[in-house]
Amino acid sequence: MASPVDISLTINGEPVDERVPARLSLVDFLRARMDLTGSHVGCEHGVCGACTVRLDGAIVRGCLTLAVQADGAVVETIEGVSDTGEIADLQEAFIRHAALQCGFCTPAMLLTAAELIANRPNADREEIRAFISGNYCRCTGYQAIVDAVEDVLASRQEGAGT
Amino acid sequence: MKAPDFSYLRAESVDQALDLLARHGDDARLLAGGQSLMATLNLRLSAPSVLVDLNHIPDLAGITETETAVRIGAMTRHVAVERSPVVARHLPLIAAAMPHVAHAAIRNRGTLGGSLALADPAAEMPACALALQAVLEIAGPGGRRRVAAADFFHGLFETDLAPDEILVAIEYPKAPAGARWGFRELARRHGDYAMVGLAAMVEGDPICGAGRLAYFAVEDRPVLAHAPASKLVGEVIDDTAITAAEDALDADLDPHGDLHADAATKRHLARVLTRRVLGDLRTV
Ligand SMILES: Cc1cc2nc3c(=O)[nH]c(=O)nc-3n(C[C@H](O)[C@H](O)[C@H](O)COP(=O)(O)OP(=O)(O)OC[C@H]3O[C@@H](n4cnc5c(N)ncnc54)[C@H](O)[C@@H]3O)c2cc1C
Ligand code: FES
Ligand code: FES
Repeated sequence: MASPVDISLTINGEPVDERVPARLSLVDFLRARMDLTGSHVGCEHGVCGACTVRLDGAIVRGCLTLAVQADGAVVETIEGVSDTGEIADLQEAFIRHAALQCGFCTPAMLLTAAELIANRPNADREEIRAFISGNYCRCTGYQAIVDAVEDVLASRQEGAGT
Repeated sequence: MKAPDFSYLRAESVDQALDLLARHGDDARLLAGGQSLMATLNLRLSAPSVLVDLNHIPDLAGITETETAVRIGAMTRHVAVERSPVVARHLPLIAAAMPHVAHAAIRNRGTLGGSLALADPAAEMPACALALQAVLEIAGPGGRRRVAAADFFHGLFETDLAPDEILVAIEYPKAPAGARWGFRELARRHGDYAMVGLAAMVEGDPICGAGRLAYFAVEDRPVLAHAPASKLVGEVIDDTAITAAEDALDADLDPHGDLHADAATKRHLARVLTRRVLGDLRTV
């Protein structure tokens, strides 16, 4: 067997030192080693988006990134961004619009929507749909998710204006 | 599924990466964005024993500009290309095509060099490289060499790259004054690989002096269709020229059916796209 690799990274603000097999994906590392099970594993080949986490501030596929590649990086998961309150309004909007049913896609959908909100404050519905196109939801039909994101974009704009 | 076991080696320079490739031979694979490679490993479609990570080689990433060209390092991520003002200004075709490459989270990690080295026949960037007459810079054990995009794509996931070589950068000539571009693709869902796509560049307004039409997701590699492009040269791009180009397409394209569409459907869709893209570029 190939030798394991030592990694040091920051996860949700906490420094972490671990020894991992090279083949371990970032999302499996977070779930199995760090007990951060909010990031989900669906297809394991990049299609469903359920494994989305933030790596150095940008969303990535946790199944297509190796844990060893997060060495020296800052990782944020849905647990971390929930605790900081950064997406509290988005989470409330998801509940208000019934933008989740089983909830399997939701943590990843929230992180994806948060990146859209941060980078494209003026996005319209079409842009919202394009941006979340890499995240499968098998329950909601997306309509309610787009509604929720649109709602937050509008209220943050309003907040910024006053 | 989970990836098979492998060793992970981090290269800090191109020379070191070349050295590792030479040492491990066929057992080694270069890891760029990993957005295609990790998927194939997780699906157990390939099982290299060593991954050589290119993500820590600083001079492989970045966009630089000379008088006549834009040079993009192989490890420049899709997102950086998508947001680059230099690309928007001088390579508007790339700027228009990049949002069609996969999804935001994948573009945050995937690299331009990875897209070209992978040579998926349905990918956008290889076709744009053909339309823009890009030159690929390749490093190998014997030094560096340059290959025109037209000579780089050999077939399905096959390129001019030898297993001990690394794609270092892609150089695109800046669009000449008066050049115009068109880009469209048909996909079932935004961000999916195209069912058929077309990246086009024409020079001269209103009389077309030169034109390049690069189709993708049609054959086993992106193809420059010379016959329809030749119907535009010396003409204004109007209904007559567009119909002539469309009619010439059959001579040049030999579509291969895939999971998304059979050959006849692809032939039809290629005609539809030709009409739409040239419609975008009409001069009268
Ligand atoms: C769900 C999904 C949808 C996608 N949709 C699209 C799409 O619509 N259009 C599209 O174009 N792509 C799409 N992709 C692929 C994505 O764009 C990849 O990022 C890209 O094709 C490969 O780039 P990479 O940097 O991730 O390369 P990797 O996956 O790291 O590498 C791919 C291959 O190229 C080799 N390689 C990489 N860099 C070099 C180099 N510098 N020199 C020599 N060899 C090298 C590797 O060894 C490997 O064999 C999709 C991917 C996924 C998971
Ligand atoms: S589990 Fe990563 S994209 Fe599906
Ligand atoms: S809520 Fe069930 S998959 Fe989205």
